[in-house]
Amino acid sequence: MVSGKVEYTILKDEVAIPYELAMGPTWTRFFEGLKEEKIYATRCPRCNRVLVPARSYCPRCFVETDQWLEVSQEGTIVCWALTEYEYFAIPVKPPYIGALIKLDGTDTNFLHLIGGIDLSDPEYVRKTVKNGMKVKAVWNTEKKGTIMDIKYFEPVR
Amino acid sequence: MAYRVGIVDVAMTPGWESKENFLDQVFHTTKEVLDKAGIRREDVGTVISASSDVFHGGMSCANSYYWDAGGAFLKNGSRQDGESLFAFIYAVMRIMSGSFDTALVLGVCKGSENPDDDMVTYFYTDPFYQRQIGLNETIAAALQMREYMERYGVTEEQCAKVVVKNLKNALRNPYAHVKKKVEVEDVLESEPVLDPLKKMECAPKSEGIIAMLLAREDVAKKLTPKPVWFKGYGSSMDTFYLGDRDLLDTQLKNAARMAYNMAGIEDPMKDLDVIEMCEPYAFQELLWYEGLGLCDKGKGGEMIDSARTGMEGDTPVNPSGGVLATNPYVSRGLYRLAEAFLQVRGEAGQRQVDKKVNTALAHSTHGFAGQCHAVAIIGS
Repeated sequence: MVSGKVEYTILKDEVAIPYELAMGPTWTRFFEGLKEEKIYATRCPRCNRVLVPARSYCPRCFVETDQWLEVSQEGTIVCWALTEYEYFAIPVKPPYIGALIKLDGTDTNFLHLIGGIDLSDPEYVRKTVKNGMKVKAVWNTEKKGTIMDIKYFEPVR
Repeated sequence: MAYRVGIVDVAMTPGWESKENFLDQVFHTTKEVLDKAGIRREDVGTVISASSDVFHGGMSCANSYYWDAGGAFLKNGSRQDGESLFAFIYAVMRIMSGSFDTALVLGVCKGSENPDDDMVTYFYTDPFYQRQIGLNETIAAALQMREYMERYGVTEEQCAKVVVKNLKNALRNPYAHVKKKVEVEDVLESEPVLDPLKKMECAPKSEGIIAMLLAREDVAKKLTPKPVWFKGYGSSMDTFYLGDRDLLDTQLKNAARMAYNMAGIEDPMKDLDVIEMCEPYAFQELLWYEGLGLCDKGKGGEMIDSARTGMEGDTPVNPSGGVLATNPYVSRGLYRLAEAFLQVRGEAGQRQVDKKVNTALAHSTHGFAGQCHAVAIIGS
């Protein structure tokens, strides 16, 4: 048993291993769309829901989607959270706002960041950002074909 | 026909950091439960463990590593990766089916060794879409809390009251990790890690090695004078993407309905004597009240105000202090069940609820914003 006086050794270990993840046709087409400043969704032929980001099947109806459509870059905030903590490995640096956004004409909520406002004062942020607020996509000039080609969504003024 | 299954006994580590080696902890805990039941490892029929090794333990397929320490080599057995209540139901079914007369369930999570839980939960995200946006479990919870407050008018004070209640209960639990008397103001003034979530509303990262022995009815009665019987179970998982779900309408209602039907629970507030719930974020306890049908939708805040889930209330929730006091990630469902077991036996010491406990519920959740829920009901 461990006695109070003896100090046992701690082994420090770190693991970093590379992966190669196949995007497949659906993610590839979705991210190619972002490069052209277009947000693509797919429509389920059975429930008719517009699913964003685009996907190859509707999880609810369990059928393949059959129609691609470009959706609005404007929508409303469903909920949001202000992160003031710097998490290991997360590329986005605090403070940042993660949010679920209901893009106009779609039936699922889109996860992204809220920006374009001063995030340094949490009280100001709380007074400014509201559920139901209208926001629109702001694009990064340099496109990499990733979700961060959209810089963030900013309030519509 | 299905055999009746009893819980014979349980052994577990306290939640705070131990300098003991992981394998020694698994060995000591397993040995303790076998000694309590008075059986040898050779007598155990099957072993089902729960561990999420790669990120929580820093080792892939670690069940092959701890299998010896859990007394499981040369035996039938399997490992469940995700949540330990699933290992429990797997073991229950191995006995119900008549395949084995005893089953050992292990939950192993040496939380003191892994980095912050959110370093780990960040890798629950899908790598193409969510990961670059910086989602993790706490951010998902904060989004859910915001929606809960705005849609139903649940207040920050009501959420904070959950912390006050559970940490007060934890003061009487010798296994609890966080022991601190706090008031609503302390919670509200704690660091706003992820507005609207405050630091004290988020569970700690704890140690948790637990071993529970199950047996078929006739064997259980020989091994202990006080077996606690398995009564019902249900689980359900929602769709992965947060944006595809209503974050306030979780699958807990579905899991609870299945468990209630099986156990013959008609009115949970009346029929359940005590509840052990998995609330890694304070407001979730209120939302889970609704999912379990303890109150109507949107009324979780009023429920905590009424004190009906306090130690002196009609259905105490989390007499152990819950996950806000002790959060051994993968093992936390089994820790809830262990507390429910001790409460039914009347062996919960200073935290024993002040009434006869015939029926108890243990709940667990994993995945972002309560994607998956499991409910187990046990009784005398």
